[in-house]
Order: sequence, then structure tokens, then C-alpha cells
Amino acid sequence: MIQAKHITKKFGRLKALDDVSVQMNAGECIAILGPNGCGKTTLLKTVLGMVVADSGEVMVKNEIVKKSNWQYRRHIGYMPQIGRYPSNMKIADVINMMKDIRQNGELNEELASAFDLPALNQKKMGNLSGGTTQKVSAVLAFMFNPDILILDEPTAGLDPLSSEKLKAKIKAENDKGKLVIITSHILSELDDLVTEVIYMQEGKIIFHKKIKTLQEETGEIKLSKAIASILQSGVK
Amino acid sequence: MMRKIIKYVLGDIIRNKMVLVYTILLFVISLSVFNIETNTSKGILSLLNIILLIVPLTCIIFSTIYIYNSSEFIELLVSQPIKRKTIWYSLYFGLVLSLSLAYIIGIGLPALYYFPNAKGLMILVVGLFLTWVFVSIALLIAGSSRDKTKGIAIAIVSWLFFAIFYDILVLFILFQFQDYPLEGAMIVLSFLNPIDLSRIQLLLQIDAAAIIGYTGAVFKIFFGRGLGILICVLSMCAWFLIPLWLSVKIFQKRDI
Repeated sequence: MIQAKHITKKFGRLKALDDVSVQMNAGECIAILGPNGCGKTTLLKTVLGMVVADSGEVMVKNEIVKKSNWQYRRHIGYMPQIGRYPSNMKIADVINMMKDIRQNGELNEELASAFDLPALNQKKMGNLSGGTTQKVSAVLAFMFNPDILILDEPTAGLDPLSSEKLKAKIKAENDKGKLVIITSHILSELDDLVTEVIYMQEGKIIFHKKIKTLQEETGEIKLSKAIASILQSGVK
Repeated sequence: MMRKIIKYVLGDIIRNKMVLVYTILLFVISLSVFNIETNTSKGILSLLNIILLIVPLTCIIFSTIYIYNSSEFIELLVSQPIKRKTIWYSLYFGLVLSLSLAYIIGIGLPALYYFPNAKGLMILVVGLFLTWVFVSIALLIAGSSRDKTKGIAIAIVSWLFFAIFYDILVLFILFQFQDYPLEGAMIVLSFLNPIDLSRIQLLLQIDAAAIIGYTGAVFKIFFGRGLGILICVLSMCAWFLIPLWLSVKIFQKRDI
């Protein structure tokens, strides 16, 4: 579904992505892990066309990502790490605007009701707490039934209850055969969701493995321990 | 799609109230000038000097700040299935529509009421041109610089340059080379500044060209005729199309 070939992106001198190639398929739930500033968000933004790569190409559902192609983004629901919204718009305004722009027949509003968002509809985006803003981002990402979900630190800032609701929703959508890409720092959260792991460091992919392979190779069941053991043993 | 986004941009600008203040300011200026001056040409001349300063200043500063403050809106839309070009043009048209409307209500309609002839029409057209040009320059500035403070500083300096420094420069050149015939050079120089271009067109309309002497006569011969006016209109169009086009190119390549 998503294919990236030899992507390189520099911000000034810093190489945010260094010859990254990756293949992601429908039905997978992929965790992109790595230390801060390793290029996770840049990789996701390249797929979205928000960051323009210096070289290499990205294909989404066999459509090539370039500035003249924007239609492919209808397949993607994106939840940014820090959602920034026009501060004088109300929650309802933002949601209605997105509905108006995307005009997707089938709407998926389960998450909105699970989060009790309609009760807050008249609140202005600028006055919301970080967690509530995250909820709006999540609702928007899932609302238009996209085939690909790109979630950048989805549970950071959410309370445990909402975080569980979101995870249940991610799982449900993944089971329907959608491709889910998650970045997160909290490894323990990902245990029951993820099918594949991509580990990045300094703009490079260190490894990309199925979680089963990872568990077999390291003999650890917990994702956090498996990652720790693979990094300690220096396997690349 | 563009119409939808323009609708949201317009809604946002109207809620902002700055444009309303601008409209009232222009209206008060035009009414007071028209009512105080009994001599029509003198009235237009006073109004002209105010328009040539205030319209570019407001348009460039307001638009630059507006684009920076819309960064969240832009960020939200860029990840959606929308062309970047559409987002950028919608911002431009939203700004141009609201500021043009403010100008039409504030100065255009009063001018046409007091001078229901070519002069009134000229005031309207010149002001609208200036609005489009300076919004377009603002988009170029806000598109090229990520730093808001720097962008606003560049906007202020650009306005100072076009409104004041450019004329000082031209005067300096005139005095340095006063022994040479400079009329042709003056015509070329006036095309390089949209404010000068507007001023000349308006001065010629109200027959005030005589006050700028021999150069004025040369201007009248060049700008007063069909071809001159055509070149004038084309260069005004270039003044808002080129910065806009450049800003779109920059915005399409930008990392959000």
C-alpha cells in the first residue's frame, strides 16, 4: 500500500532521512520506533506530502506522491503529534469544515461519541486542553474511513480511559484490513496492537521485522524487552 | 473546492474585525476630505496622498500577519486531499476580496458619489489595484520567511521602500543627472514602483500633471495615450501576478 524508495531529506546539515526504503501493506499494524529526532515524523510527513523529500519516491496505493498529486490523500487519515487548529474555531466548526472538504459519504463517528466530544462542540479550539485537542485529532483521522491510518504519538496526552478507547478503535480498524502506522514512545502500549516493528536511528531504518520473528529471535514476549535485547546485542 | 476554502477564510477575516476598522477609517477619511475641499481636483489630490500611503500599508501588514496567524489552518488543510495551490490561492482571494470590499465601501462608493465621472472611477480602480498588488507582495513575504517577526519587519521595510525611499532615490538620481534628458528614464523608473504608477495615473486624470513641469508633459504624452494606458494596466497586472505566482511556487515546495 505504501512504498518508499531511497528517500533522503536534509534539514540544513541534519540528515532527517538517509536513504530510507520501506514497504507497508494493507492489514498490517506497524510501529515506528526510535529515539527523539530519528526521523519518524519526517518519514510520516513525507508520505503525506507535507515534507518534500530531496530525493527518492513514495508511492501510496500505486499513486506517486508529488506536488501535482493530491487526490491520494483521501485514502489517509492523519493524526499529528501536536494537532494545531485555528484557535477561534469551535470543535463543531472544525469537524464540519473537514466534512465539507472531504465529502465522504460514509462517516465513522464512533470515536466522537466514545470520547463524548459532542458535549464540548461549542468550545473553541484555542481553549482546549492538550488531551482534548488530541481527541479531536483522533476523531478527524478516523472519521472518513480511510484505508491508511497514520498516527503520530496517538496516546501521548490522553488519559488512560481515552487511551484504551483509542486503542480499541485502532485494533478494530486494523482488523478490517486497514493499514495502521503508529509512532510511540510507550512500548508497553503497543504490545497487543502491533504486527510489525520498524526501528529507526539517525534517519536510517535499523531493522524492520514482524513481531513474531522478533519474539522468536529474542525469546522475549514483551515488545519493550525484545527491542531492548535486540539493541543490546547490537544486531543490525 | 477553492470556493469552500475561500468561504472559511472570509468568515475568519470578517470575525477578525480589523477589516471593519479599516473600512470605517477609509470611509471617515474620504467623507471628511470630500466635504472639506470645495475644489474637486484639490480634494482628489488630498485623498490621493492618503490612499497611496494607507492602502498599501494596511494591505501588506494585515495580509502578512494574517498568513502567519493562519499557520494552523494551513497545517490542517495540507494533510487533507487538497491541492496546495488551492489552499494558497484561497488565502489570497479571501484577503483580496475582503480588503477590496473595504476599499469599495470606504472610498470607492463615496468617490463615485461625489465624482460620478472618470475621476471617481479612476480613484476606485487605482485603489483596487494597489490592494491586489500589496496583498500579493505580502503573500510572497510570508511565504518565503518562516519567522513571523522577520516577515513583518520585511513587510514594513517593503512598504517604506515603495512609499517613501523609492521617491527619495528617484529624486537623488534626478539631481545627480540633471544635465541629461531623463524623461525616458523617469518613465521606466515609474514602472518599477506600483505606488508611483498609481500616482501618475491619478495625477494625469485630474490634469495636475502641469505641476510637475516638463516631465509631467512627457508623462502626459506617454501615459495619457492608449498605448501608455495599456502598458500601465499590464504592468500593474504584472505587479500582482508575479509576486503571487512566485509565492505559490515557494509554498508548493515548503515543508510544513
